[in-house]
Amino acid sequence: MILHTLFEQCLKHEVRFFNEFYVLDMMVDDTACHGVVAYELATGEVQVFQAKAVFFGTGGYGRVFSITSNAHALTGDGMAMAFRRGLPLEDMEFVQFHPTGLRKLGILVSEAARGEGGILRNREDLDNIGSGKDGFMAAVAPTVKDLAPRDMVSRAIYNEIQAGRGIEGSGDTGSDYVYLDLVHLGADVINTKLPDISHFARKYLAVEPITEPIPVQPTAHYAMGGLPTDLDGRVLRDSKNTPVNGLYAAGEVACVSVHGANRLGTNSLVDIVVFGRRAGRDMTRYLKTAELGHIDPEPDAFIRGEIDRLQKGGGQENVATLRIEMQKVMMSRSGVYRNEENLTIARNTILELRERYRQVGVGDQSPYYNTELVEAIELGFLLDVAWTIAESALQRTESRGAHSRVDYPDRDDENWLKHTFITMAGENEVRFDFKPVSITKFQPKPRVY
Amino acid sequence: MQVTVEIYRQDAETGASRFDTFIREVDPKDRVLDVMMEIKDQDDGSIAFRKSCGHGVCGSDAMMINGINRLACQTLIQDLKGSLIRIEPLKGLKVLRDLIVDMDPFLASLQKVTPYFIPKTTAPVREQKQSIAERQIFDDTTKCIMCGACTSSCPSYWSNGEYLGPATFVKAHRFIFDSRDGGDAERIEALDDRDGLWRCHSIFNCTDACPRDIKITQAISELKRYIVARR
Repeated sequence: MILHTLFEQCLKHEVRFFNEFYVLDMMVDDTACHGVVAYELATGEVQVFQAKAVFFGTGGYGRVFSITSNAHALTGDGMAMAFRRGLPLEDMEFVQFHPTGLRKLGILVSEAARGEGGILRNREDLDNIGSGKDGFMAAVAPTVKDLAPRDMVSRAIYNEIQAGRGIEGSGDTGSDYVYLDLVHLGADVINTKLPDISHFARKYLAVEPITEPIPVQPTAHYAMGGLPTDLDGRVLRDSKNTPVNGLYAAGEVACVSVHGANRLGTNSLVDIVVFGRRAGRDMTRYLKTAELGHIDPEPDAFIRGEIDRLQKGGGQENVATLRIEMQKVMMSRSGVYRNEENLTIARNTILELRERYRQVGVGDQSPYYNTELVEAIELGFLLDVAWTIAESALQRTESRGAHSRVDYPDRDDENWLKHTFITMAGENEVRFDFKPVSITKFQPKPRVY
Repeated sequence: MQVTVEIYRQDAETGASRFDTFIREVDPKDRVLDVMMEIKDQDDGSIAFRKSCGHGVCGSDAMMINGINRLACQTLIQDLKGSLIRIEPLKGLKVLRDLIVDMDPFLASLQKVTPYFIPKTTAPVREQKQSIAERQIFDDTTKCIMCGACTSSCPSYWSNGEYLGPATFVKAHRFIFDSRDGGDAERIEALDDRDGLWRCHSIFNCTDACPRDIKITQAISELKRYIVARR
């Protein structure tokens, strides 16, 4: 509804759309952003857009992981572009896994299901389906039970699976799952209050939620981290709040950060509705005095080179092979639970995959609607974003919000009450800076439910 | 189970077309989009089709599957009741390459019915409330994802590209029956025309094609009655 309303209002205000242009690079120097470089899908042409100001609403990077609720298009492009141009990314270790994605597909079964009274069940609990009796969450969070925060429920599901109590009993968090039981709610509540959820279950799993439980598993859902911005959506170039003039971001691509280490349900709307608006307002103010800046004589040289290499370089590596390897290693080693060993393997694997990415070749030589080429370019963005997630998670030796380190299970405010800023420092090197957390009303405290 | 997948291919430059055939081992619960992506990943990366959300929200993978317009991401192999899967682009819109069609005429049609909220009075300072009953009147037509499955299934649209088409009527319905909206006059001018509502012959193809199960033919009838009653 919000998306369609935005589109309609854009039509009303005669906003000019460049449909199916893929922004692949940004022109940014020591003071300001001067535009973007884009690839036009229809013609295969690379176009330079010189601009006084640029706003990124490019979304998150869910496709880094094998199980995600995110669209295929959410490949972290905006974050990777900024990172490649030397800008920092903030809090990349904080990735939210929603506990109830449809099994294998990752499609979101929203909180509404448990809000209405849905109960999670393991394999020892199958007799209770439809009874309305407590499930395994009652022991994890005695007061709020199945309505515990997303990160806690995701971890609880992994615990059940690892203890052999997943529905298959395989112990493999990659494939095993638990049940979300709505049966006791009855047909009326399920059909009238949960129409989307029941539609998804019927359509995609051929499961009838009125009579059967829905197979679910945690799904990569939301990036708390991203391009650091201030309250007016201005992208920051360092941990000292220096803005990049003319560069704005809001939504999942940005890190304001209102969500800290773990977003609450529905608060992503704050990112788009509140901070999107604030960014737009500041942009109009900025544009009143801004002038077009100086750009390189060939701002599209890098992208043209990349496209040329992918199409004509004769590389033998396959995009899908690399993508699947990345998604598996990130899901299993940099996902719901983390530790030093797994994160080191994840980081090293991603660095190897980035190396192999240099040898990727695209078969399709056509300039027109070359989606194979676009997917190859998107894989490059995904790998860079995956790298920043693994590196940021590896260096944060504590557990906080969605970042859960088995080897450092406690929150450590003395050393880690700070935001991570990761910057590229070399082909395979990153640098970290930190920014203090601004705390107003709510002091951090143990989360006991 | 083993399936034979026939995918329509069309060269972007020459317009030459053919079907490419792929034999795949699939699970009956696999979705057509997943099978297509697997074919693209493993057999032929050059197959061009649109996709994004992968669960029926964005509407970009509408195509004709075994003769019926549907979303590839919402169609399970077992829904097709057979082992032959034939995938073609939406009809009535120009094919740009393979399964990618030109959506510009579709969007241009939409523009003719002032497809945005027009307040009854000057811009309100507070939210304009609406009762549940008032909202129910147009609830169905707010579900449209503009995938184009309806308009491109309509014989009236195939024969005359000037016809506004069902998706545009759905959008018009969404605003005309919204108690807060005051833009009837502008919309009705486009609708009450031989290329508007009156070219609809209640064939119901649009209703059958809609992946959101919107009762499109009913919405069109409601618009027709509304316009006649206003005369």
